[in-house]
Amino acid sequence: MSDSRERVLGAIRGAVGRDSRSGAAAETVRHRLEHPPPNVVPMRGQLEIAGRIDLFIAEAERVNTTTARLGQWNEVPSAIAHYLKGVNLPASLRVATDPALQGIPWAEEPLLEITTGAARNGDRVSVTGAFAGVAETGTLVLLSGPDSPTTLNFMADAHIVVFPVDHIVGTYEEVWARIRSRFDSGTLPRSVNWITGPSRTGDIEQTMLLGAHGPRLLHVLLVDV
Amino acid sequence: MESTARAFKANVHEAIADANLQAVMKRFSEGFSAKRLLAVERLPEFEALRDAARDIKNHVLENLDLYLEQFESKVVESGGQVHWCTDAEQARQTILGICRDAGARTVTKSKSMISEEIAINECLEKEGIRPVETDLGEYIIQLRHEPPSHIIAPAVHLSKHQVADAFREHHTGYPSTRVLDDPEVMLAEARAVLRSEFLAADVGITGANMLVAETGSIVLVTNEGNADLTQTLPRVQIVVASLEKVVPTLEDATTILRVLARSATGQEQAVYTTFTTGPKRSDDADGPEQFHLVLLDNGRTDMLGSEFREVLRCIRCGACVNHCPVYAAIGGHAYGWVYSGPIGAVLTPNLIGIEEAGHLPNASTLCGRCENVCPMRIPLPRMLRQLRERQYAQNQAPKAIRFGLSGWAFLARRPSLYRVATAIGVATLGMVGRRKGRLRRLPMAGGWTTARDLPAPQGRTFQHMWAARGGRRQ
Repeated sequence: MSDSRERVLGAIRGAVGRDSRSGAAAETVRHRLEHPPPNVVPMRGQLEIAGRIDLFIAEAERVNTTTARLGQWNEVPSAIAHYLKGVNLPASLRVATDPALQGIPWAEEPLLEITTGAARNGDRVSVTGAFAGVAETGTLVLLSGPDSPTTLNFMADAHIVVFPVDHIVGTYEEVWARIRSRFDSGTLPRSVNWITGPSRTGDIEQTMLLGAHGPRLLHVLLVDV
Repeated sequence: MESTARAFKANVHEAIADANLQAVMKRFSEGFSAKRLLAVERLPEFEALRDAARDIKNHVLENLDLYLEQFESKVVESGGQVHWCTDAEQARQTILGICRDAGARTVTKSKSMISEEIAINECLEKEGIRPVETDLGEYIIQLRHEPPSHIIAPAVHLSKHQVADAFREHHTGYPSTRVLDDPEVMLAEARAVLRSEFLAADVGITGANMLVAETGSIVLVTNEGNADLTQTLPRVQIVVASLEKVVPTLEDATTILRVLARSATGQEQAVYTTFTTGPKRSDDADGPEQFHLVLLDNGRTDMLGSEFREVLRCIRCGACVNHCPVYAAIGGHAYGWVYSGPIGAVLTPNLIGIEEAGHLPNASTLCGRCENVCPMRIPLPRMLRQLRERQYAQNQAPKAIRFGLSGWAFLARRPSLYRVATAIGVATLGMVGRRKGRLRRLPMAGGWTTARDLPAPQGRTFQHMWAARGGRRQ
């Protein structure tokens, strides 16, 4: 195996006409890795917070995400109960143990049945937080971790995402900046999921259908802070 | 897979005569290109992003060894393993070994062109391991034992009735009398069948849209979510990726992601874009215990050192395929191997040999739409011409073409002779076709006249007319 490694690397060096790690090239590479250039960042998302929130909602709805804004965290249980009634799904939730969701007074909505943990086969509705919302394309960013299992993002029929409006950034680059300040440099959680709308496929006669393997419904609750 | 590229001409005749395929392709050619245009018009920075994306990949290719070493060290740091492989056979044996060690019986797969290239499914099946494709289109063609006909829409050549027939034949747990003419119902059935496969799988195999050197992450892009279930639920994850997939940083990956979906389907962003780094962490609630990355050359370093280096910028979006008039007329299967359309016409001769796939670079009018829409600005028409030159230089062009080209070259190098010969030719053709204004048959030009008439020349040659005008623009 290490033999193949040397053969491949040797073939590359032969092809680019440079023997092993020449100083200048290595220095250029090291510099780019340590100081990633932003390249071209579209203006679309570069807005003040109010504009970012409006753009996030507009872009999310363009891709079949539904959204609602809530004044306070304690409105979340009734908003979810109301939503599930509207889409005719059972009021049984699989909820992430995300600390941000811990303050939600679930008991105020006695009809909601709450369990927590990773998704199980057969769960119809999952509820998670989000690390960020990206205005430029209405994209949600979710990170895996002990309190945010990845399966919750993919296995249920409906995925409900609850987060405070100040998590909305304009561009993907701002997400990377926030992630770098949270984690050690050059390390990421196992999964960083960008989610832009509910699951879909066009594989049968190019007919767009929702709910291919992931959730058929994606509902975002934005809590004002 | 076995190539049938050598039989390209017969494949084309078959495709043109296939009424079902022709009906499907008519719908196809109107879909993706209109959506791409709308997405491009919504983003003023799109052309600048294309330039930036091209520059990133050029920089990577120039420093490929350094970025791969960096990528490898980050994968290892995150708890994963990197397996370097020079060719398809070594990659197959490596994957097979990992599956055997895991005691795998069922392997779920997320759509991956490189896995088609190395024909991993047949290899696993021979060893009694069951690979299950999970992208809906890829699943359908697996049931039908067909190769993909498009990079991102592998079952685009099929009607819903053909899909229903495949489901009826293979989904034996469902009543045979059920009604299956609504795509929504068909999708629900496939979702249920595949969900139990996801839960049963021991190993998940994915490709990678990109590899990020900065963090050792792989990037996977889907609309269905199948890649995420494939890489989250089984105990072991195997990623197969060719060398050129690496990019330096998260920002560089982001720039390329801004042009990928827009070019492919006209979406602003695909539904699911996932950056995956290593196996599950000790305190994670889900994810695989092992993460293996099979890093494959399979002809890439040869291309890197040739005039085809720039084709390694390709991000497999399929925009060139979506805009190709030849592809729209014949579909993907006629190309005879894994990759179709303009990118296939360049990649296939490079990967399996020009003696095998020599017809492909010739089946083009060099209209240039592919280069116009390629997000990575790959000069595909120039490469098609270079392949033709290589073919000529290696004495592989058909006799008629060699003879014709030598004759033309002889005249073209002798301007006075050229003027006389063309004047005679034009006068003769003009006389023969004078009555009808067109020619129905022409010796040695049957390829043109069997399908359409040739307009008869009227008057004199271009050079005559140019001289008569004093050689100036009017």
